[in-house]
Amino acid sequence: MAKPLGFEKPLGMRDILPESLAKQRHLEWALRHCIERWGYEEISTPSLEYYDTVGMASATLTDRMFRLLDKQGHTVVLRPDMTTPIARVVSSLYKDVPLPIRLFYQANVFRAQEKEAGRNAEFFQTGIELIGDGSVDADAEAIALAVFCLRAAGVETFRIAIGHVDFVDGLLEDVIAEEEVRQQFRQYLHERDFVGFRQLLETVAIDSEGKKRLDALLRLRGGKSKIAEARELAGDGKAGRAVETIASLWEALEAYGVTDDLLLDFNLIINLNYYTGVVFEGYAADLGSPLLGGGRYDQLLAQFGRSAPATGFAIKMDRLLTVTPSLRDQEPKRILLLYTEARRSEALAKAQQLRADSQVVVTRLVAGKAEIMAESGQGYSKVICMTEQEE
Amino acid sequence: MAFFANEQKLTIAMPKGRIFEEAVHFLQQAGLEVTAELQDSRKLVIPVENARLEFILAKPTDVPTYVEYGVADVGVVGKDVLLEEERDVYELLDLQIGYCRMMVAGLPDWKPTEALRVATKYPKIASRYFREQGQQVEVIKLNGSVELAPMIGLADRIVDIVSTGRTLKENGLVELEHICEITTRLIANRASYRMKSEAVDEIAGKFLEVIPGKK
Repeated sequence: MAKPLGFEKPLGMRDILPESLAKQRHLEWALRHCIERWGYEEISTPSLEYYDTVGMASATLTDRMFRLLDKQGHTVVLRPDMTTPIARVVSSLYKDVPLPIRLFYQANVFRAQEKEAGRNAEFFQTGIELIGDGSVDADAEAIALAVFCLRAAGVETFRIAIGHVDFVDGLLEDVIAEEEVRQQFRQYLHERDFVGFRQLLETVAIDSEGKKRLDALLRLRGGKSKIAEARELAGDGKAGRAVETIASLWEALEAYGVTDDLLLDFNLIINLNYYTGVVFEGYAADLGSPLLGGGRYDQLLAQFGRSAPATGFAIKMDRLLTVTPSLRDQEPKRILLLYTEARRSEALAKAQQLRADSQVVVTRLVAGKAEIMAESGQGYSKVICMTEQEE
Repeated sequence: MAFFANEQKLTIAMPKGRIFEEAVHFLQQAGLEVTAELQDSRKLVIPVENARLEFILAKPTDVPTYVEYGVADVGVVGKDVLLEEERDVYELLDLQIGYCRMMVAGLPDWKPTEALRVATKYPKIASRYFREQGQQVEVIKLNGSVELAPMIGLADRIVDIVSTGRTLKENGLVELEHICEITTRLIANRASYRMKSEAVDEIAGKFLEVIPGKK
């Protein structure tokens, strides 16, 4: 690679300029305000973690992590997510704190990117983890809180799609005998390749009833009515239990009054082999990629020695920023205070007095009248001159 | 009356080039209001006001890009492009038009060399295919007239799509290995698939009705 030019940054890294950052901080504040009222406490963890602990346990693929060596020769990673470090904390420093534990974070995470626009290598997330509660009500709490977060942030139109990993798994286990073939079907769903899924379905040696059931899976997306359809497809096994979980989840979400913003999607697959139950993904109008993602991950904590069920979600702040209204009219008013050396103490005291009164004051020493005349006052709501010439 | 029962406006990315005419004909059969503008115009964005539809005319290889980023909700594109571009989109339907084959071709009297060189417009497909065959090859990316490469000694083999085989024959090349069948697909953006699920389902339903052999 050519030597970087002065203005260039490593691939996927971004500057956030004051206007955007002000909006991001405002959104973070709104989300924090919402989340704290549900009893979640904020946590912060290091930017660097060992590859052998957090790196290995993370859902992020190894080749998407930034890996480096520390002075002792250990491989460390820039944290690829916050869920895994939190699992580490809950299993170590917090091991005597009784479950359930509710934590939230507002932090940056890192994922190495291929060369393309719109994909950040460092991005900010606001997320929650509800650890130690395996009930449907915990799933409902996570989803409802996600809805309230998006509302608090001012996202006008959004939908959260909900699925269950056991529905797809159970249905495949019912219909297909060989695990290898099941894996192929899962892979097609994961790649969202329904054409490939149907083509494979035509070639496998199963009865037409089984084919019908798997084909119907691709259309199981919609409102509450899909639960009955899913129930008919599922039978009594693993898939059937998943449908009952979804049914009772939906009831809980009705109690929260959030089902208008929800969509059931029984073929939703996020992150093969990581999630263990209910999964969900949030979308906003005019945004091509998901805004948030989450779900139940009951296997992660055990990898750190404190086996516990858990669920949570993370909101991508850069995407949230693009679908929420601009802050422009809420900008604070700024006062420019110009002073000459002779009136410095008086001017600075005046500035402090205004600041104490919640005003934004910028002070500047000027040499004389010419400099004052040259000041256009642009960007300020008011200019105050404290100079000898004034009297 | 609007084409869609609901109020969701749908943007469709259409590929200019090889499959364009066939795709437009398919859309007409499916009952979509395709104006003469779409076929003749030099415009790149064509709204169909009373149908709550909008067409984007794009280079075929860019169709999955538009759909992945969500500037188009759905797109019509060949499987060859999807295999090469590896975009994160829903592949909803095989429209069973624009049929062709992805082939390895070469000169009939060709002798194996130490390092096989392959010229293609599809470097990813070619690399993946030969890798699966347990063969390491050097891939040269070309942007057109790939048939030239073996004739002028630039490459030993080509990987390209073949429909009738006429171009190959005229240039003295033979089909050597069959990689896969290619047809045209309907793809959808991840978010549109949920946010505009009714409109996406409706258009997929209309398409499904006119897919040859699916009635």
